[in-house]
Amino acid sequence: MTGIETHIAKPYQLGWETDIESDKAPVGLNEDIIRLISAKKEEPEWLLEWRLKAYRHWLTMKEPTWQNVKYDPIDYQAIHYYAAPRQEKKPGSLEEVDPKLLATFAKLGIPLTEQKRLTGVAVDAVFDSVSVATTFKGKLKEVGVIFLPFSEAVREHPDLVRKYLGTVVPYTDNFFATLNSAVFTDGSFVFIPKGVKCPMELSTYFRINATSTGQFERTLIIAEEGASVSYLEGCSAPMRDENQLHAAVVELIALDDAQIKYSTVQNWYPGDEQGKGGIFNFVTKRGACRGRNSKISWTQVETGSAITWKYPSCILQGDNSVGEFYSVAVTNNRQQADTGTKMIHIGKNTKSTIVSKGISAGRSQNTYRGQVKIMKGAQGARNYSQCDSMLIGDQCGAHTFPYIDVRNSSAVMEHEASTSKIGEDQIFYCQARGIKAEDAVSMIVAGFCKEVFRELPMEFAVEAQNLLSISLEGSVG
Amino acid sequence: MLDIRNLHASVAGTEILHGVDLAVGKGEVHAIMGPNGSGKSTLAQVLAGHPAYEVTEGSVAFEGADLLDMTAEGRAQAGVFMAFQYPVEIRGITNAYLLRAAVNAVRKARGEPEYDPIDFLDILDEKLKVIGWEDTFLNRAVNEGFSGGEKKRNEIIQMAVLEPRLAILDETDSGLDIDALKLVAEAVNKLRSPERAMVIVTHYQRLLNYITPDRVHVLHAGRIVRSGGKELAHELEAKGYDWLKQEAVVAG
Repeated sequence: MTGIETHIAKPYQLGWETDIESDKAPVGLNEDIIRLISAKKEEPEWLLEWRLKAYRHWLTMKEPTWQNVKYDPIDYQAIHYYAAPRQEKKPGSLEEVDPKLLATFAKLGIPLTEQKRLTGVAVDAVFDSVSVATTFKGKLKEVGVIFLPFSEAVREHPDLVRKYLGTVVPYTDNFFATLNSAVFTDGSFVFIPKGVKCPMELSTYFRINATSTGQFERTLIIAEEGASVSYLEGCSAPMRDENQLHAAVVELIALDDAQIKYSTVQNWYPGDEQGKGGIFNFVTKRGACRGRNSKISWTQVETGSAITWKYPSCILQGDNSVGEFYSVAVTNNRQQADTGTKMIHIGKNTKSTIVSKGISAGRSQNTYRGQVKIMKGAQGARNYSQCDSMLIGDQCGAHTFPYIDVRNSSAVMEHEASTSKIGEDQIFYCQARGIKAEDAVSMIVAGFCKEVFRELPMEFAVEAQNLLSISLEGSVG
Repeated sequence: MLDIRNLHASVAGTEILHGVDLAVGKGEVHAIMGPNGSGKSTLAQVLAGHPAYEVTEGSVAFEGADLLDMTAEGRAQAGVFMAFQYPVEIRGITNAYLLRAAVNAVRKARGEPEYDPIDFLDILDEKLKVIGWEDTFLNRAVNEGFSGGEKKRNEIIQMAVLEPRLAILDETDSGLDIDALKLVAEAVNKLRSPERAMVIVTHYQRLLNYITPDRVHVLHAGRIVRSGGKELAHELEAKGYDWLKQEAVVAG
């Protein structure tokens, strides 16, 4: 083992477990389970019907196999599709929330109590299948912003949910999105009314805790005409030998002149050095720029999960709409990531930017998969894509699959790709200037990811950079 | 200041240095010359602590301490600097950032407070004044897209900022045109000080037209085969290296 490889062995930092009893649905999946979930959430009939339609459709579907990842078959009947921390009664306020849950989030760096919570960031904290607390709800309500756990939104604003749910990712979309549509539990609902600039960052933190469960959350964000919002998503899970499934769906809708910025720092448990355990992260994220001059921007820093399968995409329907995708995906040990984006240009003068940074270390496999599609009517569409891969050590792999489909000859497409290796020479160069090897790796990686990091909101940029150094610690000696 | 005794070093199992002896005093400038493959760069890399080179025998004392016992970063922190023959590129990291990280790493190791980015800009200004260069490189990514000459100049900027006690210049003249060579030599001369020793590794005598060494050593087949004053460099320029090789064969 050369110097570079010995640096990759720092244990996962968020792998502890909260000792709390949980109410679980019986193991397995059938229509009764779906009825049970729907009943627990006190849902209206139309939503149950929608779930059941999704489930029946799912039964006819096959798990996709085109992705560049390998895993043992998932036994969908071995999963508990609902798990909630047991509480005497539903907490009416933060003070009534089980202190163990508050302590869990505090330990994760997400203090929820009034005195300690993050200023300038409203947080929805989701623990297994339920949201345990949402901060600043009242303050946001004053300006007309709705920021609620999904199940609460279904109860309080059923018409809004019904109007938009499944309109970007229909329940027939793909195997994992369809499964999610049948069994989704909680997540966040955001509605920014016409002309409102959301006064603070909105954020959801997802924590998986219970064993043998999956997490299937659903997030729906709507920005009306001229509205704008910046939304952050974070996640983590305990260290376990079993693989746990996370199959989320995120739908974004931007109307005329609206802007949505969606940032993710994904730190699910990645499994151990031998590839045992870890989260299977099969996620469908898609935004629709429905209105003219609307803009949707995805920024993701993916460091966790045994398997990552996700392609945050933009449908650029409105004329002059803009889609952006900035991504850093780090894989280490036996992690596998197949991630990228889709930019579908439909409206005139639509613009998209893709900046993808893949960093592979250990024996991991890191794939960028991206599609840029220019439809016939997308006069004057432009795309710029940049895909850079960095290899640490010589046992990992980096792969790039760009798909480009242009049906309008006025389109301007640019594509750049590079592969580099952090070499002993780069590290030695820094050492010869007095900088320690591990600091040198952090610095080199941070430099490589700079274009993406600068897109992150302040609160996340620092965390992301730290996370990156932790993920790669042990890769250099 | 630097005392090398019977230094043997190999790379990938092949011995390159077969017993080098060299003593450099405080404030002295020594030139190491020699044909390609003689071990000049190996000597520089070994002194800087490159992990690919293994020292199999001998010792190196730097200001009384065992240099070989120190990590590469430890040597830099102790005041050893090497200007690289092939400086590497670091994307997305500006020179100013690298320099601050380097200076702060050294300060931290010495228990001194670290500089914040704002203060550091003033310090950079001051240090660059010494060599009379403008700060044109500072906001560019480290060596990214630099010409060969710019990379070499950048090494000298780093040297000016880090203020080493011992500077090793590994073929700093290679790839420079005559104007760039003069510029670099002038800067190096400005950095000469009674407190700072320099070891200049070079294939050609031309750099020594501008930087006058106190001593010149000829390295051949992993040993220093001849030492002398600055006139030795001229002798080499006139005669080439072939006569040395023959001498070595006769002697061997």
